[in-house]
Amino acid sequence: MTTTHDHRPPESAYLNCIRCGLCLAVCPTYRVLLTETASPRGRVALARKGLEGELALGPNLFEQMYACFDCLACNEICPVGIRPADLALALRETQETMRPARWKRPLFRGLIPHPGRMELATLPLRLYERLGVRRLVYALGLRRLLPGQVADLEAMLPRLPQRPLRRQLPEITYPFAAEADLPPNPLPVGADLPPDPLPVGADLPPDPLPTREGEQQPPSPLPAGEGPGVRSSPLPAGEGPGVRSTRVGFFLGCAQNVLFAEESAATVRVLARNGCTVITPRETKCCGMPARGYGDGEAAREQARFNIALFERADVEVIVTDCATCGSTLRDYGEILADDPAWADRAAAFSRKVRDISEFLMSLPLAKPAGRLAARVTYHDPCHLRRGQGVWREPRALLQLIDGLEFVELPEADWCCGSAGSQLITHYETSLRVLDRKMDNIAATQAQIIASGCPGCQMQLAAGARRRGLNIAVTHPIVLLDRAYANK
Amino acid sequence: MTTPTTLIRQLQAIAGPDGVLATAEDLAVYAYDGTFAEQRPDLVVLPTTTEQVSRVVALAAAERIPIVPRGMGSGLAAGSVPFAGGIALATTRMNRILEIDAGNGVAHVQAGVVTADLQAAVEKLGLFYPPDPSSIRHSTIGGNIACNAGGPRCLKYGVTGDYVLGLTVVLPDGRVLKTGGKPIKDVVGYDLTALFTGSEGTLGVICEALLRLVPRPRFIRTALAEFPSLDDASRTVNAILSAGIVPVALELMDETAIACIEEAMRLGLPRDVEALLILETDGSHEAAVQDEIEAAARICRETGARRVQVARSEAERAALWRARRAVSPSLARKAPNKLGEDITVPRTAIPEAIRRIKAVSAQYGLPVVVFGHAGDGNLHPNILFDRRDPAQWATVEKMVAAIFEISLALGGTLSGEHGVGALKRPYMERALGPLSIEIQRRIKQALDPLNIMNPGKVFPE
Repeated sequence: MTTTHDHRPPESAYLNCIRCGLCLAVCPTYRVLLTETASPRGRVALARKGLEGELALGPNLFEQMYACFDCLACNEICPVGIRPADLALALRETQETMRPARWKRPLFRGLIPHPGRMELATLPLRLYERLGVRRLVYALGLRRLLPGQVADLEAMLPRLPQRPLRRQLPEITYPFAAEADLPPNPLPVGADLPPDPLPVGADLPPDPLPTREGEQQPPSPLPAGEGPGVRSSPLPAGEGPGVRSTRVGFFLGCAQNVLFAEESAATVRVLARNGCTVITPRETKCCGMPARGYGDGEAAREQARFNIALFERADVEVIVTDCATCGSTLRDYGEILADDPAWADRAAAFSRKVRDISEFLMSLPLAKPAGRLAARVTYHDPCHLRRGQGVWREPRALLQLIDGLEFVELPEADWCCGSAGSQLITHYETSLRVLDRKMDNIAATQAQIIASGCPGCQMQLAAGARRRGLNIAVTHPIVLLDRAYANK
Repeated sequence: MTTPTTLIRQLQAIAGPDGVLATAEDLAVYAYDGTFAEQRPDLVVLPTTTEQVSRVVALAAAERIPIVPRGMGSGLAAGSVPFAGGIALATTRMNRILEIDAGNGVAHVQAGVVTADLQAAVEKLGLFYPPDPSSIRHSTIGGNIACNAGGPRCLKYGVTGDYVLGLTVVLPDGRVLKTGGKPIKDVVGYDLTALFTGSEGTLGVICEALLRLVPRPRFIRTALAEFPSLDDASRTVNAILSAGIVPVALELMDETAIACIEEAMRLGLPRDVEALLILETDGSHEAAVQDEIEAAARICRETGARRVQVARSEAERAALWRARRAVSPSLARKAPNKLGEDITVPRTAIPEAIRRIKAVSAQYGLPVVVFGHAGDGNLHPNILFDRRDPAQWATVEKMVAAIFEISLALGGTLSGEHGVGALKRPYMERALGPLSIEIQRRIKQALDPLNIMNPGKVFPE
């Protein structure tokens, strides 16, 4: 949402809300708290009363704007075209403009936009995994001694990569590149167990992939250009008779880089396997959502400008990301820079190129994976993918390409998981209650794997599974597709 | 008089620490319902059981504090706006389905159950709770009963009150009254269940209900008929009903309604017709259901429809109804405010009522959109305006009076399903006459001598 020069949302953002109440039905915070204050209609009313002077624009009012999970369900259902979720974000910026919070600047300007500093800041987490401390914590049952919320936060962590992906990925990955030239997957091809499995136990973070019974294949590098449906010879970018390689810009998100490196490695492998030249600019900055979510609109706009210029230089046809939240933010660049005459057109052009990985792959003549992956899999719609980008058919279609995979639709698949970035930290109780409904539905599917293309959702769902002792793995759809290619 | 902090502590002792809201922000959002009317309560209480409601009301009665019951606040008559302040008593956390007795076809629910949630729960068992106000996903059973809500399916299945077998009501002094029971037939004494149904929170707080369930119809057909002429569409309603067909629903929307909903939902509805009719038939025999929809479609073509399309899939049908339910709010795309009326006329008078309403719009210069449950004569003329302009507001008030006059002159009434609330009070006496008002006042006096239960509603000044 664009805001006026003093960062107040315009009247049109709320004026025509006639308080019909349709949004109450779909709002996760309303549905668990059951108070008007926690509803989109309530937040729109508060925003209006605050901006028009009937209520003080004070901490209590702004707190209600932070209570929104930004799941966008209200934006989607409003027949008037009011976007309550966007209004809540805009009010957070109003607050920052009026009274900047001191702790935010170092975080959203000093740390998050700088990949190197982010990698350093998350080093302790990687060491926790690498030095075996995590193994010990699980083996000795120490996690159970942690206070509830800390235990849940620990449970959110995926199996952490040894190194950030940014330091492993080449800037240009050529189509049909030999497996050896691709970034290594910490989960080696063919061997289904991670090299250093955590001790068995109910609390164990499950391996994201099921074991293939029987056979144990050695990790064999994929011969270049082979595999059914894949064109037979590796082609340099933009050459070859009748075949032109698409130059894909890969937007490597922060969480993917430091926490879910193996997923984005899989993304790059699958793109290359399908004939794309993948450009992964090393200097890519955070998409800007964390700053935007905490009201630092200027930091978000600055990151947007940087990324736009970066990908312009990369000269790519499409910009692909495998993070739902990054994708939805990148698609919003056109809107968040609409009032900046120097950038509005460039931002709009950038946003038009953005595609989620599932959306992009399904628009290609995609090579059907030769391998099988026998597992019962369900799919959770990340809010920022389904509503933020209108992408929900493609990830399902992608999963159903895989032989042996039994796809089971999740009831209320588009109900928010309660992650919303940092709500498990800031709104713990509400977040858990939203998650509970999700986990009830997941348990009912009896799936072995839940796929979801959003790091925030994955962490939340992993925490939910561990809380319940559900033996279900959480991963990105692309990891399953990648594995199906490798399992040939 | 107890101090406010003492009162809050007492209420927290009853409803729990989270069960009482008192910040300026909380009070500001409990000031409204689905209309533009606003007045803040002094406190908000969110009980979870009938017993808690009883204790809250007893405390309020002792302190002479007004109680204004509310569900999800989707009302369209300002019936739950606390004009006299006091306690806004929200039943939203009383949302348990206590029992579904499939053998007897009865559901026992708390007042705060969302109507659509109840429907989903009973439909899993092959049962059906027919009342379907457009607010079905954002209104509660308690609110539906308090306003005797209707909806499209009333044409065949009747209104909410037709499904209420019994109630648990907290009276204005805190005592708990149980009316009715699981038997379908019950003529012992006055029908107090019916008295509380539609009482709009003025006689007590509806806390629990026994609701009648029927078998779920196995087959449904839905059709959309496009009429170049609004007049033809309104005449069609009678032609269908006189032909011995009883559709589940017969919904009409005029061209502005179509334009707004199309803008909101992009379903591909035609933009070059004056009216659409949505027709639905249901039943247990597929052929009969199909025959009925085809017969209705034939009549539409004979009376001027240029095209009649039967929904080909459940998804298409669901989209059509989602659109129909969003018509009313979508009108706000055209203006910051809208006033939705709810007149009901005998069905033969529908074409004339619509002609006269459009004439009122032309005369006063503000747009009036007409849509509604044409099959049962229940129309929703919606006046679009900007309340910040005093001249427009004055005009709106005149137009409302004119629309009510049209309805009464044609043998109709003020409200089919929204209720009187605060907005229609000035017209009550004109609609009912002094004797009826006097009897109703005495009933109110007998049950609520302190006048603490939703004061200032329904009755004229």
